[in-house]
Amino acid sequence: MGLAKRIIPCLDVDQGRVVKGVQFEDIRDAGDPVEVSRRYNQEGADEITFLDITASHENRATTYETVSRMASEVFIPLTVGGGVRNTDNIRDLLLAGADKVSINTAAVFEPEFVKKAADKFGSQCIVVAIDAKQVEPGRWEIFTHGGRKPTGLDAVEWAMRMVSYGAGEILLTSMDRDGTRDGFDLGLTRSVADAVTVPVIASGGVGNLDHLVDGVVEGHAEAVLAASIFHFAQYTIGEAKEAMANAGIEVRL
Amino acid sequence: MTQTVAVIDYGSGNLHSVAKAVEHAGPCRVLVTSDANTIESADRVVLPGVGAMGDCMQGLQDRGLDSVVFNVIQEKPLMGVCVGMQILTEFGEESSGVNALGVFPGQITQFSKSMKGPEGNALKVPHMGWNEVHQRSHPIWAGIDDRTRFYFVHSYRYADANEDCVVGTCDYGAPFAAALSKPNVFAVQFHPEKSHDAGIHLYRNFLTWDGTC
Repeated sequence: MGLAKRIIPCLDVDQGRVVKGVQFEDIRDAGDPVEVSRRYNQEGADEITFLDITASHENRATTYETVSRMASEVFIPLTVGGGVRNTDNIRDLLLAGADKVSINTAAVFEPEFVKKAADKFGSQCIVVAIDAKQVEPGRWEIFTHGGRKPTGLDAVEWAMRMVSYGAGEILLTSMDRDGTRDGFDLGLTRSVADAVTVPVIASGGVGNLDHLVDGVVEGHAEAVLAASIFHFAQYTIGEAKEAMANAGIEVRL
Repeated sequence: MTQTVAVIDYGSGNLHSVAKAVEHAGPCRVLVTSDANTIESADRVVLPGVGAMGDCMQGLQDRGLDSVVFNVIQEKPLMGVCVGMQILTEFGEESSGVNALGVFPGQITQFSKSMKGPEGNALKVPHMGWNEVHQRSHPIWAGIDDRTRFYFVHSYRYADANEDCVVGTCDYGAPFAAALSKPNVFAVQFHPEKSHDAGIHLYRNFLTWDGTC
């Protein structure tokens, strides 16, 4: 037995509340992030990801405060992302109690920022989040601004470049699938996971437990991330782990 | 009287989680400090560490705390965590080479980037996530099942799993040391403060450990 594949519930947080939109619209309230993360912790989540989806300037203080409260009672790794633009943001999040910080748009506009961040804080805490959409069969490109703005960057090449700059992990979201519950984009996941040396977290589209299994078996992901199937109590983390274990995937039970 | 636990603060990132986890583990007063007197007068000491080994050694030396570590382990239990374990060895091959404290023999080397798993799959580096720790007889494992999973995140490791000081091993491509010990020193490569109930249990055992192996 070796390293377990991870199940990571994701909290999309808007102004201090957990929300989940279908393709970034139709936002439903799913509760207080500290309470929700406590529940996931008890259910056996392997990590928690916290995405600050508003990430406005005024909102930063609320985020630091929430992260700090989560880190005081949840003794599993915590990744925080959303609006991370400079090394001060990273330092503040790490000091608030984040274990890893996820960089998304800022990496696209200033790739060297990832290098700077990894040199300063270590690759182990730098996650690069990649939002990709299929543009033709077998080719995906990076999109920013919640999937609205194309960049022309090839997702696989971009992931490899980010790893060479020091990213310790890739959080890969299919913007075509996000919120659809149709399952991960397995072609995308596998293309990136097979191309990079660091762990890839598959994200976007989970609607049932088979999708989680597919992400690992077909997509070659080291970890699978989901939001709404856990928030609205469709499944517990325990059920998700059982489904993975039944499919022969090594998990922490 | 409630015992005090000093968590050594030498500029190595966030110590909030370590402090909170130790407090959570049992009755004690946790002091996050870089003050030599406070550290030496505490009942127990935790030496954390994240990031690069060289930066951690530098941070410790800049504050004159390297000698404090040696004073502490003459008298009372110290627990090293992650890079806090690595700097207790002799040397790290990270960057251009790092001379470390030498409390334990041996050195820290990088995981190979071409390791294969049991099914021939490429193993990712960093080694990140929950892996099984195979225990060797040591009082600090009391009440924790052999092969319990703990949370690891690292790209360098103590590869010589056969050394006498190794009291726990983990397998990633090949066995490596998950835990090292000698009288008054217990050090782990994983993060107990991120390892849920098992990690808290380990800190609880550290709080009552008499320093014997």
